Amino acid sequence: MTATDNHRADAHKAAHKAIDAVWRIESARLIAGLARMVRDIGLAEELAQDALVAALEQWPESGVPRNPGAWLMAAAKNRAIDLLRRNKLIERKHEELGYQFEAGQIAAPDLDTSMDDSVGDDLLRLIFTACHPVLASEARVALTLRLLGGLTTGEIARAFLAPEATIAQRIVRAKRALSAARVPFEVPRGPELTARLSSVLEVIYLIFNEGYSATAGEDWMRPALCEDALRLCRILAELVPTEPEVHGLVALMEIQASRSGARVDASGKPVLLLDQNRALWDRLLIRRGLAALGRARQMSAQAGAYTLQAAIAACHARARAAEETDWECIATLYAELARLAPSPVVELNRAVAIAMAFGPAAGLELVDALVSEAALENYHLLPSVRGDFLFKLGRLGEARLEFQRAAALTRNARERDLLLDRARILES
Amino acid sequence: MRFMMLMIPKGYETAAPSAMPDPAAVAAMMKYNESLQKAGVLLALDGLHPPSAGARVSFSGGKPKVTDGPFVEAKEVIGGYWMIQVKSKEEAIEWASRCPASDNEVIEIRQVQEFSEFPPDIQQAAAGFPERT
Repeated sequence: MTATDNHRADAHKAAHKAIDAVWRIESARLIAGLARMVRDIGLAEELAQDALVAALEQWPESGVPRNPGAWLMAAAKNRAIDLLRRNKLIERKHEELGYQFEAGQIAAPDLDTSMDDSVGDDLLRLIFTACHPVLASEARVALTLRLLGGLTTGEIARAFLAPEATIAQRIVRAKRALSAARVPFEVPRGPELTARLSSVLEVIYLIFNEGYSATAGEDWMRPALCEDALRLCRILAELVPTEPEVHGLVALMEIQASRSGARVDASGKPVLLLDQNRALWDRLLIRRGLAALGRARQMSAQAGAYTLQAAIAACHARARAAEETDWECIATLYAELARLAPSPVVELNRAVAIAMAFGPAAGLELVDALVSEAALENYHLLPSVRGDFLFKLGRLGEARLEFQRAAALTRNARERDLLLDRARILES
Repeated sequence: MRFMMLMIPKGYETAAPSAMPDPAAVAAMMKYNESLQKAGVLLALDGLHPPSAGARVSFSGGKPKVTDGPFVEAKEVIGGYWMIQVKSKEEAIEWASRCPASDNEVIEIRQVQEFSEFPPDIQQAAAGFPERT
């Protein structure tokens, strides 16, 4: 290779990176606009991909155009018109048309309006379609990351520690299922909106938690999922600004993300919330989280489940030191959450908050009521929490048995060691 | 990744303390800010008063010395910043390229240092005050 060749290869690489960046910014809007025209998100994505291929061919030579979004849209539209013509020929032969093109819609739309005014509505339609309840949640997650997050199938596979072929197949099947169910490309209205919105929020939070559960040393694509989820939810909050739970979920994720620098120690071991060095919490994200929580609270007298969880996270975020935590407030919020969505796990969390606020005896009373709960039968945190309360009350023999029980139930090796240590200390 | 986009308007180094931007330019900039917000990448932004209204503290010889603005030796000064969260430096560059900036303006893009990038000894020093027990 000569110096010129090297230079050209570098320039080529730089151009590809620039195209990746444009794709990250434009792909969702592009696919959403195309889906409105062709009424099929699978076809819309193919058209967008074709436009991307054209960009990869032309931009390294010509440079990134002044308005790359409009360029990609024009390229995709031309491709759509070609396809339409070809399908019309097929139609003449077979009578049956694979996709319901509407000729006027493809040829007519004026680029400027389709890229500007209606773009929000298009994006919203795309989000609701990708998160449609006819799809299994893992299919919704993959489709959302692909169509709205601009991730490649390979990136999604890396993020979920799955083979690329599995994810590719999942996406193909999801698109097919949407076509088969004749899911319309639209934003649900009225009472349906609430149910459908909760499906969207569930998908976003699933993506976030997948990233949040990544452990040290894993592929960086995994923790990056937290940023993808936050970005999606911030976009959603701009699209449906009057929905309090969207702001509630933004708040919850901003505050949880603020702790990411403090959640593991230098050796990669997880650090519990109360043991974290709060100087490492990201104040900017906390500030954003508290602001989003304020918006959610202001909009509705009855806070939803995400807003309540965000409010609990905010209690921790506001405390400068663990011992300054307002446990009474947290216990009240858990009680509210339990009324809204009764669950023994929430009840267990409430017991911990009660114990922190009013002492271990009050906490133990609540936990004892949960011991007969079938849903918690194999949940290691129940004996672990109960053991802790008993220990603090000086009932050491009972505490030891609970720690041993918890150790037998947990699947996390580090946690098991910790619990067995606590049990061993109480043996003498 | 987090990037700061620093706006450097040429001429701002000598602007009067009360200098105000042109309303049309502000309107265009608001639209741009909105596009960053709608894309979910904007974390924070601020505009800064001109340096003639500020001051510099230098530490020559280990002693703080205050100089009131404007600073005659300054060739470039910052007029404001955006803090954005994006996937790559190229994405930050792409966002900066979309700014409706004028002839005299330059945007400098700088990545924010993450705690996890530091080696352990710096992490320890950067962890700040010791944990309260």
